[in-house]
Amino acid sequence: MSAILNTSALCKSFGGVTATDNVSLEVEAGELHAIIGPNGAGKTTLISQLSGALRPDSGVIEFKGQDITTQPAHKRARLGITRSFQITSLVMGMSVLDNVALAVQARDGHSFRFIKPARKIRHLRDAAMQSLAHVGLDARADTATSALSHGEHRQMEIAIALASGADLMLLDEPMAGLGPEESNTLVSFLKTLKGQRTILLIEHDMDAVFALADRISVLVYGRIIATGTPGEIRNNADVRHAYLGEE
Amino acid sequence: MGKLTRTGFITVLVMVALAVLPPMFLWSGQAFYMDLATRLVILAIAAVSLNLILGFGGLVSFGHAAFIGLGAYAAGIPSYHATWGGFEAIATYNGLFQIALAVGISALYALVTGAIALRTKGVYFIMITMAFGQMAYYFFLSLDIYGGDDGLTIDVRSELPGINLDNPLSLYLLAYVSLVVAMVIKFLIVNSRFGMVLQGAKGNPERMVTLGYNIYLYRLVAYVISGAMAGYAGFLLGNFTTFISPDMLDWTRSGELMFMVILGGAATIVGPVLGASVFILLEEILSSYTIFWQLPFGLMLIGVVLFIRGGLMGFFKGKGD
Ligand SMILES: Nc1ncnc2c1ncn2[C@@H]1O[C@H](COP(=O)(O)OP(=O)(O)OP(=O)(O)O)[C@@H](O)[C@H]1O
Ligand SMILES: [Mg+2]
Repeated sequence: MSAILNTSALCKSFGGVTATDNVSLEVEAGELHAIIGPNGAGKTTLISQLSGALRPDSGVIEFKGQDITTQPAHKRARLGITRSFQITSLVMGMSVLDNVALAVQARDGHSFRFIKPARKIRHLRDAAMQSLAHVGLDARADTATSALSHGEHRQMEIAIALASGADLMLLDEPMAGLGPEESNTLVSFLKTLKGQRTILLIEHDMDAVFALADRISVLVYGRIIATGTPGEIRNNADVRHAYLGEE
Repeated sequence: MGKLTRTGFITVLVMVALAVLPPMFLWSGQAFYMDLATRLVILAIAAVSLNLILGFGGLVSFGHAAFIGLGAYAAGIPSYHATWGGFEAIATYNGLFQIALAVGISALYALVTGAIALRTKGVYFIMITMAFGQMAYYFFLSLDIYGGDDGLTIDVRSELPGINLDNPLSLYLLAYVSLVVAMVIKFLIVNSRFGMVLQGAKGNPERMVTLGYNIYLYRLVAYVISGAMAGYAGFLLGNFTTFISPDMLDWTRSGELMFMVILGGAATIVGPVLGASVFILLEEILSSYTIFWQLPFGLMLIGVVLFIRGGLMGFFKGKGD
């Protein structure tokens, strides 16, 4: 397999806090790569640097062999990177379907089109409906986004990531705040995506991580202390000591 | 659908009233009300244009009067030189030329100032658009040749094929049709793919960037369209008042436009028209009762803005979305 995403010696600090400390990470095309680590380890900060929301202080990010370290976020999205947000980030004033359709529209060429009503463009609506159906939200398509529950918002985040058609999906704790049943549904859904999309998954739910991941990297205080298969990580002494909570 | 119909009903009501009432006033010998209606409709065009960026783009632009002023001077200056000589390149009474100039200059000013202002956010955006507005104000204030502070009287109105702007009814009908066209254009834009991106960027810029939209560019294009439309309104206003002065560009004028939009209901098509109507009528009524009308007027406006979410349209539409 070949790496779709590569970071080398990535560093980022906020004032005195080193949130990303010399991170070199390789994500292979088609794999589901999980990142685990305690609260404040720098997981979200890492994702933000990959998506372009934050600039690293130093280091290099390569995507599909291209140096994207200084590319703005919207250009990275066009290259095929999308992210979901740990704290739900949707257009609350729009309908559920409008939100997802905007993701489809984004990869449909530029949107400097001023006359034809966007809501009458079949292929945008159909593709958006399909993504909503995948996460079981199709019945809610015409509802105002602000009227949905927290769990449904989380599902929308996934539907949007899906609809964007990105090759690399950066998912920041997609299960946060979901009930056990909803979590299970999402885990089985992510399983069906395996092999089709490359996924970098941040998750606190260890059962989900070990059920899904091809490889796991462990981040502690901004550093990657181990990378390996679920089996290797489970048996890694440093990880057990630093993170999995065994003294 | 019920809500949609109600918005549609108000739209039709307002537009029919504006089509029918002013000519009736004219025919019954009350030319004064015709004048009032003409000013109202022209300012409504400007409010509609402002609402594209304010209501649908979430960009609180506090310098919109500058575009009106540019448009008015684009009618007045060529006419001035056609009468008094000089500046041959633009000296003309030709209204089509003046419209092209008004729209072109306003669009250019929007492009240049927008390119800078849109790099800022929130309060800074408000302040910088206001500063650019004041810049245009002081520019015309310093142009002594066009009267400076004293303003410029337009001796000859623009000449348009088939329309005599000296005839109050013709001028009104042109303004009214222009307003309808402006509303249709905005309706199309707002519901287009471009409009969806613009509204998405208002609701959640971070999300739109993550999806791959260069929201800066989309906003800039909206800003230019909005400025050009307001410039056209300025062309009409200059022809209506036949007197233009830097006062038209003052920041308080920009504030009034914002009030009209918010009062009527931002993010609706007819809201700014309703807002402009109520604003102009109230101003007229209150000022005829007391010279201290500005205080109660201001308080009333603030009351509406604070207590009726979504402005008058929000009130009429009732609860919910
Ligand atoms: N914008 C910021 N300004 C200052 N400090 C920040 C900022 N963002 C993150 N930090 C700090 O950087 C460190 C890493 O934060 P980050 O959010 O990346 O952790 P995380 O691993 O995602 O945590 P969690 O599991 O709680 O989501 C924390 O100490 C945090 O306080
Ligand atoms: Mg986090």
